Amino acid sequence: MNQITADAPMDTLRDISRGKPVIVLDKVNKWFGSLHVLRDISLSISERERVVVCGPSGSGKSTMIRCINRLESHQEGRILVEGTELTDDLRSLDTIRREVGMVFQSFNLFPHLTILENCTLAPIWVRKMPRAAAEELAMSYLERVKIPEQAKKYPGQLSGGQQQRVAIARALCMKPKIMLFDEPTSALDPEMIKEVLDTMITLAESGMTMVCVTHEMGFARQVADRVVFMDRGEIVESGPPHRMFESPQTERLQLFLSQILRGH
Amino acid sequence: MSTTLSNPSSTQAQSAPPPFTTRAGAWLKANLFNSWLSTATTLALLYVIVRSLLAFVDWAFIHAVWSVPYSAQGIADTTVCHNVKGDGACWAIIADKYRLILFGRFPYDEQWRPAIVVFLFIGLYVCSAIRKFWGKGIATKPIILVAVMAALATLVDDALFLLIDIVASLVGRPYTQPPAVLSAVLGYIDLTGRYVFMVATTIIWPMVGVWVITLAAIGVLMSGGVFGLSAVPVDYWGGLPITLILATFGIAIAFPLSILIALGRRSTKMPAVKMLCVLYVELIRGVPLISVLFMASVMFPLFMPPGINVDKLLRAQIAVILFAAAYLAEVVRGGLQALPKGQTEAADALGLAYWQKTGLIILPQALRLVIPPLVNTFIGFFKDTSLVLIIGLFDLLTMGKIALSDPPWQAFSTEVYITLAIIYIMFCYAMSRYSRGLERELNSTQQR
Ligand SMILES: Nc1ncnc2c1ncn2[C@@H]1O[C@H](COP(=O)(O)OP(=O)(O)OP(=O)(O)O)[C@@H](O)[C@H]1O
Ligand SMILES: [Mg+2]
Repeated sequence: MNQITADAPMDTLRDISRGKPVIVLDKVNKWFGSLHVLRDISLSISERERVVVCGPSGSGKSTMIRCINRLESHQEGRILVEGTELTDDLRSLDTIRREVGMVFQSFNLFPHLTILENCTLAPIWVRKMPRAAAEELAMSYLERVKIPEQAKKYPGQLSGGQQQRVAIARALCMKPKIMLFDEPTSALDPEMIKEVLDTMITLAESGMTMVCVTHEMGFARQVADRVVFMDRGEIVESGPPHRMFESPQTERLQLFLSQILRGH
Repeated sequence: MSTTLSNPSSTQAQSAPPPFTTRAGAWLKANLFNSWLSTATTLALLYVIVRSLLAFVDWAFIHAVWSVPYSAQGIADTTVCHNVKGDGACWAIIADKYRLILFGRFPYDEQWRPAIVVFLFIGLYVCSAIRKFWGKGIATKPIILVAVMAALATLVDDALFLLIDIVASLVGRPYTQPPAVLSAVLGYIDLTGRYVFMVATTIIWPMVGVWVITLAAIGVLMSGGVFGLSAVPVDYWGGLPITLILATFGIAIAFPLSILIALGRRSTKMPAVKMLCVLYVELIRGVPLISVLFMASVMFPLFMPPGINVDKLLRAQIAVILFAAAYLAEVVRGGLQALPKGQTEAADALGLAYWQKTGLIILPQALRLVIPPLVNTFIGFFKDTSLVLIIGLFDLLTMGKIALSDPPWQAFSTEVYITLAIIYIMFCYAMSRYSRGLERELNSTQQR
């Protein structure tokens, strides 16, 4: 275990031990204009694996996970989700977005709909579920994130932490196989971070495949199977959390960790 | 002992809200008389307001003439009015001309028809303004299917009629009738299709049904020719119904159209559509409404095959719709642009398809944001309909002018214009009040 690096062969070894890969990025490159934001990203994530992505600001973490559900499109390389390659084909896009849930830094709840309507919208319109069944499903997830009593309120009437938990419930209502989190706690006040992290930990324990961009090292230690460190569009180093945090191999990761620790 | 005695009264004075009169007094003091300068301004303005109000009341009511004698030939004798001119209003002109102004040259004995039409329009506005009524009815698949089939049948049928007309005119016999059987069958399908469509839409979406039925009723009342009503050609329509028809259809059709144009203009996947929308908006916005009206009335017929005659009102209506759509599209686009990108991304991430995302997430929010400028544009177009005068349609304002061309009454334009202004203000103020209420209602549930 202590030998694991970002090398593709080693990744493959891990996959065999855990189960089939559900997300595969193969030499992915992306540019914003002339800015090269993703450089030869190769990453394979297997079923039920929990991956935490960290790295300095502007290193391309968001761009990478947004490529996984094609909120951004890549220009070179291949991305496969559940064996389906991401292309411009709308049909494949639809199937992938049903299987992949996403939670954003700024919650992005729909402010004109109630909490319950936020949660039932996609099951009703995308999964074509009857309204009553969708509401029952939504209530069960709202209970799981511990806010069933807010169902009839509007997002604007909830605290940030509550909104983010609703956002998680909303994504879960689509019964996704994979959940993506893009800095879910960065916009929250310290006292609300815990309630969201607790929700995510419960989710991780239920066996959900998760990719989280986060700087919450405690969370990474507790639930991550693997931490991926990105800098300037590259995956610099990856491995299990204890090794990444206690004996970082690369200078860049050492520098990053020292900055984070100083910041906290 | 003395402290315990004084205490209760002082706490009471603190906790009880100050009496109303003091509050009003305090407000006056704080806002109108808080300094020497503001006291002076307040008093000066008060003086001006009271003086002009008194002068107006004097002119409009106290010295006003309400009726004039008529000669044996029915010619009004307006000497009384001329005598008080400058000191008192001559409302007799309104008493004499109101039916001409409101209903134009519509046959006098049939003017109850446009009168009902005006009330139907007002009823339609009131019904539409009550948001409770906009709920869905029963929308099961078979009923929707029936509605679509009926609409299709009617449309295909109309298209066939048009085709027959065109073919007839191309072979040089514009007045040929299609074979009687064919025409009877087509007519029958057309009529049945219409009724079935009306009933089905009312079941699916009561509000839409109400609109369709009301508009059909308005059409029947105005044109006549059925149910024993005498036929009245469009040339005889005028006054308020023309203004309401142009404004209502103009806005009701231009608004959805403008949404499509705004969406098209923001489309990234279809550059051709985008360019078309940009071109449309810039072209229409770049020319005055008068020239669009002129184009519609003079140029449009040149493009139609001979024998096909789209009437003047319809042409003006199309011009108003095209013009309004361009302006409204820009307003709607402003709302679309103001919406945070995260909303679209969240909808995408949930797997909503384009039209679901647009209809359920983007438009409800974007349109809320632009209620004030939207209503602003609506009000503008309500008044702009008066420009149809230049292509020979007689809207409310034009009828006022025509009423003033009657020799005995020529001197009393102020009275007529005040009356017209009151009518316009009633409609525009209703719109503006409603929009403010709507905004408040929507914002009370949705605090960002
Ligand atoms: N839509 C865009 N257009 C142009 N450049 C972009 C766009 N989105 C991101 N970038 C740039 O791409 C780079 C990577 O951005 P990204 O958001 O992926 O970084 P990040 O690692 O998520 O940073 P942070 O921790 O601040 O969220 C940044 O330099 C950013 O400025
Ligand atoms: Mg980011």
